[in-house]
Amino acid sequence: MLDQLDRRDFMSLFGSGLLVAFSSKAQESGIARRVPPGIPQDVDSWLHVGGDGLVTVYTGKTEIGQNIRTSLTQAVSEELRCPAGSISLIMADTALTPFDMGTFGSRTTPTMAPQLRRAAATARDTLLELAAEKWKTGRDRLTIADGKITCADGGQSIGFGELTKGQKLAKTINRDLAVARPAGQSVAKLYARDIVTGKHKYTPDLQRPGMLHGGVLRPPAFGATLVSVEPDTLPGVTIVHDGDFVGVAAPDAQAAANALRQLKAEWKRTPQPSGAALYEDLKKTASPGEGPSIGSIEQGLASADIKLHATYTVAYIAHAPLEPRAALAEWDNGALTVQTGTQRPFGVRAELAEAFKIPEDRVRVMVPDFGSAYGGKHSGECAIEAARLARAAGKPVKLVWTREEEFTWGYFRPAGVIEVSSGARRDGSLTAWDFHNYNSGPSGIQGLYEIPHQRNIFHPANSPLRQGSYRGLAATANHFARESHIDELARELAIDPLAFRLKNLAEARLRAVLQAAAERFGWDSKGTSNGKGLACGFEKGGYIATCAQVAVENGQIRILRVVEAFECGAIVNPDHLRNQIQGAISMAIGGALFEQMRFDNGKILNGRFSLYRVPRFSDMPEIDVVLVDRPDLPSAGAGETPIVGLAPAVANAVYDFNGTRLRALPLSV
Amino acid sequence: MVARVSQITVNGIRRQIDADSGRSLLSVLRDDLGLTGTKYGCGEGECGACTVLLDGQPARSCITPVSAAAAKPIVTIEDIHHPVQDAFLEAGALQCGYCTSGMIVAAVALLNKTPHPTRQQIVRHMNGNICRCGTYLRIVDAIQKAAQAHA
Repeated sequence: MLDQLDRRDFMSLFGSGLLVAFSSKAQESGIARRVPPGIPQDVDSWLHVGGDGLVTVYTGKTEIGQNIRTSLTQAVSEELRCPAGSISLIMADTALTPFDMGTFGSRTTPTMAPQLRRAAATARDTLLELAAEKWKTGRDRLTIADGKITCADGGQSIGFGELTKGQKLAKTINRDLAVARPAGQSVAKLYARDIVTGKHKYTPDLQRPGMLHGGVLRPPAFGATLVSVEPDTLPGVTIVHDGDFVGVAAPDAQAAANALRQLKAEWKRTPQPSGAALYEDLKKTASPGEGPSIGSIEQGLASADIKLHATYTVAYIAHAPLEPRAALAEWDNGALTVQTGTQRPFGVRAELAEAFKIPEDRVRVMVPDFGSAYGGKHSGECAIEAARLARAAGKPVKLVWTREEEFTWGYFRPAGVIEVSSGARRDGSLTAWDFHNYNSGPSGIQGLYEIPHQRNIFHPANSPLRQGSYRGLAATANHFARESHIDELARELAIDPLAFRLKNLAEARLRAVLQAAAERFGWDSKGTSNGKGLACGFEKGGYIATCAQVAVENGQIRILRVVEAFECGAIVNPDHLRNQIQGAISMAIGGALFEQMRFDNGKILNGRFSLYRVPRFSDMPEIDVVLVDRPDLPSAGAGETPIVGLAPAVANAVYDFNGTRLRALPLSV
Repeated sequence: MVARVSQITVNGIRRQIDADSGRSLLSVLRDDLGLTGTKYGCGEGECGACTVLLDGQPARSCITPVSAAAAKPIVTIEDIHHPVQDAFLEAGALQCGYCTSGMIVAAVALLNKTPHPTRQQIVRHMNGNICRCGTYLRIVDAIQKAAQAHA
């Protein structure tokens, strides 16, 4: 596979006639293409027009199902005026693409797409300049479309490739050139046919000649240290024993699994946290924290007719991407190449360089389009393990984590406790809002409502489990608490929850999605108890409103219908946006109704799909997505924020159904 | 002495192998025969990513010992050529696509047996397959479209 990838890169560089010649040695070690450090300002670091007219685009972003390979291709196609089919993206290869922080935070659409648009616009400008020179004519006589430039004088036209002959476009990106808003076309997912035919190579599918299969001996619980392990050797197996790390590499996966079974290890366990006292522990260890604050809470409460105080909790949950962590590592003369499914190729390169005490330019991380992450694959533990085994074995080693390993040895979405004290007047105006999030995070904590006295504080705490990023981060927790509490206030005041929100919301974009969702849902302001709930919110540039219809049957919450309106500026690709929103709602059902890591004394108790319930076909409600397009506004990302509305909308709907107020995720009746 | 399996029939071709009889069919397909379209997802038959057709029936290759598959025809995604694949593309019924092979093989098994399934039959038949990206409703649509195209 590495050969194939190199060959593809090779073709895109050499086949297209770059003037600079590279030695094949340099190409093998992945340093053929010199990408300037930082965020390069030259066109060629981002985009190359080959002599054959094919355009190669370089980006450090990763494709994990959010369809950015398609949307970024659309951006370049629209700006450069060439067919999407003539463009290929080299993604997430630290030797070939400019540095990138990682694919997270819904940053691709608001930052990478404009970056590539600017590079493509500069390239377009340069091509027009070249054509004007060639034909000794004015720029105003030229039109550029469909991969070629045509002259109004004699009607002659020339393809991009003929014009550049594949030479580098040695231009600094001109940031003054106007770039267009997205055309908003539903271009179909690129390379999807490779997926429906089973041809696409995901990380665990990669192979190298002479490759061994790896396995790692895991401790019985977090915090355990290795006392002894034997035997030291097994025929045909490389055993690595270094501190607490014990791993094997063997000719096939079965031999590796057998070798692990033959190792007898003694571990020393130390008392570790359990889930039973989780929320008390988070509050006990919390720091004072900080966050935006206006007015005086005391004053706000003093002027209130009603006051409420409530505590909400969210559990640790797992990302559980269907492709577990996997890596294929190979050493060559002290240089390391690792192909791995990570959202942070450059971050993992730094981790590898640090782990093996080698300079970063001796490490190449390559990321195939992989089986997703949802925020769960920022880190390089599997890559490091594979590289350790490969170094000891002197051969390429592939390591694919088992499902149990993926559930246990990665990290989790943070658990949290959120306390809210509030006050409102009988007329429905909010006077005070005191919101404290313990541990789960500050994302989406900012105030949405017009409240004269408010405080939104995030208190970091000691997490008993390793925690990290997750789709939407803490915005799900903060929206769950805020939107549940708003519903509680509305009920207390006997005001319709939609009317109550609209009374206290000023932001026009938020009001627009709220009204759009309510209208499609058929929200009846008279509010009979029939199991409907709503929630709204804002995060990462996206405005969201969710309405849910539920029933409680045999002690189970059944979500019957969901309407979600979403607005994230100018729509890039309507069908893919709809797919992301539908997917986020579907995934959110897990965190809302079932998902929760259980742990005891440092042991994960439910680290497999038979014990950890995720949403399935039979859990799906009818989902109706309302896209609110704002072609006048810059596009924001959409992979995350659509996940935040479901849980509070469902909790509020349960209250509407039977009067039970649920304040803990996952919701349980 | 562990019993061994020396041949299986995959995608209409008899393949020579040398595998412990207790090894999973999934591992033999992927690691010995290079048929990587069939995916590992859980190792306990709970997610459906490893679904293959065994004698025409959907089977979880991760919990099927290779010995149990030795006498039966095995079909993997690599030899599936079915309208439901186009229907998946048209419906945009995938995101990361890691579950897709298993979804398509399961869908083909359903449509072979029940050419015009109801929505409820689709949901019941497909319920053992997990799509973590949450494209379930699009998958149901794709299967229904493929069934209609067959009408």
